[in-house]
Amino acid sequence: MSGHPSTYEPKYAATRWLDQRLPIIRMGADFMTYPSPRNLNYWWTFGGILTLCLVSQIITGIILAMHYVPHVDMAFDSVQRIRRDVPFGWLLQPMHAVGASMFFLAVYIHMFRGLYYGSYKAPREMIWILGCVIYLIMMATAFLGYTLPWGQMSFWGATVITGFFGAVPVVGESLQQWLLGGFSVSNATLNRFFSLHYLLPFVIAGIVGLHVWAMHHAGQNNPIGVEPKSKKDTLSFHPYYTVKDGFAVVLFLLVFAFFVFYQPDALGHADNYIEANPMETPAHIVPEWYFLPFYAILRAVPDKLMGILLMIGAIAVLFVLPWLDTSKVKSMRFRPLARRFFYIFLVACFILGWCGAETPSDMVFTVGQKLGVSDLGGYLASIGAEFPSGENVKFIEDQTRAFTADALAACQSELAAGHALPEYCSQTPQGLNFVWLSRIATFLYFGFFFILPILGLVEKPKERPESITKAVLGEA
Amino acid sequence: MKTVMKKTLLIAATSLAAITGVGLGVAYAAGGSSDYEMKHVHWHFNGPFGTYDRAAMQRGYQVYREVCSSCHQLKFLSFRHLGDKGGPYYDEAYPNPNDNPYVKAFAADWTIQDIDLDTGDAIERPGIPADRFPAIYDNAAAAAASNNGKAPPDLSVMAKARTGGADWLYNILISYDKDDVFYNKAYGGQMAMAAPLSDGMVEYADGTEATVDQMAKDVTEFLAWSADPKMEVRKQTGTATMIYLLILAILAYISYKRVWRNVEH
Repeated sequence: MSGHPSTYEPKYAATRWLDQRLPIIRMGADFMTYPSPRNLNYWWTFGGILTLCLVSQIITGIILAMHYVPHVDMAFDSVQRIRRDVPFGWLLQPMHAVGASMFFLAVYIHMFRGLYYGSYKAPREMIWILGCVIYLIMMATAFLGYTLPWGQMSFWGATVITGFFGAVPVVGESLQQWLLGGFSVSNATLNRFFSLHYLLPFVIAGIVGLHVWAMHHAGQNNPIGVEPKSKKDTLSFHPYYTVKDGFAVVLFLLVFAFFVFYQPDALGHADNYIEANPMETPAHIVPEWYFLPFYAILRAVPDKLMGILLMIGAIAVLFVLPWLDTSKVKSMRFRPLARRFFYIFLVACFILGWCGAETPSDMVFTVGQKLGVSDLGGYLASIGAEFPSGENVKFIEDQTRAFTADALAACQSELAAGHALPEYCSQTPQGLNFVWLSRIATFLYFGFFFILPILGLVEKPKERPESITKAVLGEA
Repeated sequence: MKTVMKKTLLIAATSLAAITGVGLGVAYAAGGSSDYEMKHVHWHFNGPFGTYDRAAMQRGYQVYREVCSSCHQLKFLSFRHLGDKGGPYYDEAYPNPNDNPYVKAFAADWTIQDIDLDTGDAIERPGIPADRFPAIYDNAAAAAASNNGKAPPDLSVMAKARTGGADWLYNILISYDKDDVFYNKAYGGQMAMAAPLSDGMVEYADGTEATVDQMAKDVTEFLAWSADPKMEVRKQTGTATMIYLLILAILAYISYKRVWRNVEH
């Protein structure tokens, strides 16, 4: 492991025996004494927090699966039974549902930390890529799991998301039917979603193992991005970081517990308390909050396939990030220009989340109204005229155009005179709607990844400290 | 020490801001479009120490039984739930709700469709605490046919199934137009259900005056319990958990300071 010499010495005959055959205790002991940079801040505690989230989800999930019934007629009832009659079901079910949100909250902070401090750069590309794979499978798992309670949002969310596959050229329809196990979301779909929802967390756990292995091999990054050079630059993982992570974990649990005990429904949607009904589409189909930014990117594009490609691109671009960033400097602390773009990127992500929750045609803000003619027939009736008719198409077109202009003028004069607007007039609010806001934010999102290669070449980074120890003592 | 605290606060604030920001966004998105302004009630069950008002729940059950239950089912509830801890008729003398005389009497008040195990004939018998609240109609089509084409929804989780929760339920019940019994201001249009409540419709045993507002509040209290029957135990456990975690946080912080006392970082 990264050339860090093992200090473990088996004390008993049994551990000596085991150490020669399977040095698993040695591995654990070496992990505990792993030299970690001494300047890691609280943003570095989210790795431990995420491990806790995964373990919590798996344990609560296994118990919930003992009581849950994956059948379209019984799924919703079985969740109610868990909340009402299963011992501690009232605790386990919200822990699992809120736990998903907490998991994503932590993973987003963890990812933004990696972005800010350049943790994806050589020699840590594999840590980053494995992290992206984990994130991708997490999204799949969360989506599959959200289907299981079989509420209205479960059903219609599953219908919308599986509909994406139908947009694939040529094979789309067959692919979609193969995934659903039928022509629409049905019992076959629910069964396979349950099966996969149970499988994927263990895949995540496996990749987490690789993620941690790669991290122990390449070493942890740190807030100044200068690699440890001497023993003085590092501290043993235990007790220094076990205790720091422990403190952060408890703070995180306070937030977690607040939601579980006092606001278990705040992060969900009321419609999911209505049993799935394939004959009744909800007025607004909204995904869970952690998918909202991608939902906004999807809806920013009028074409379905292009929207899906852009949404996939938003995640795919993360995989190639290590090669997009051309700067040798890791930490944004020393990259004033890149840091500015990072903050713009961060804000763009939040705006996208906001757009995803709103109706696209709704206005963000309005600047005045645009006057129009909504009912030309009404205007003609009001002045006693009739629609132009006859064989001459050009004549009809000209007349219609002239009448429309007259009607608009009438609307304007009525408005100017301060009268009530006649019914044939319409007023459309002008300003920025959420489609356009999401387009701007999407542009900023991808813009960050396009500007990164250039930034590394043109930017003059600030002077970096020689070593971690010097930085620590200099700051203190 | 100062910088660490500052950083800690920053992290906590950022996480909370992220969550509330998203929460508000969603809530805003789900808001209704009508001009009706929701009346917010200060419910007994609001807040971190809120409990259900037992008397209100009991009156609420009466309203449900005498008014709502002619069309609406409570399919996720059994009669025994009424006598569960935290339920409207819980009695310490009867830890097993099946023995609770109120629960037995309420169950017996309902007729349950069953099969005679000796003859196989379809029979009707009085309910027992273990029975679920029975279906009101034979099927959804029959329910819709006798109610202006819209089947009356189940009420077990109604207090959670609409944006606004219990407030929504209460506002719907008090917002019917005086002249048009189907027009509801809170709903923002015609409903399939005509105004279900009118003053003096039920006679409360405890002498409370049965105004529409009072009955709406009571039945909402009852249905809020029905949607979240474990709320009291959840909030109590929450208090204990939060205190435990706060103490643990202080201890963890002290340990952290102690372990790192000789390390500049």
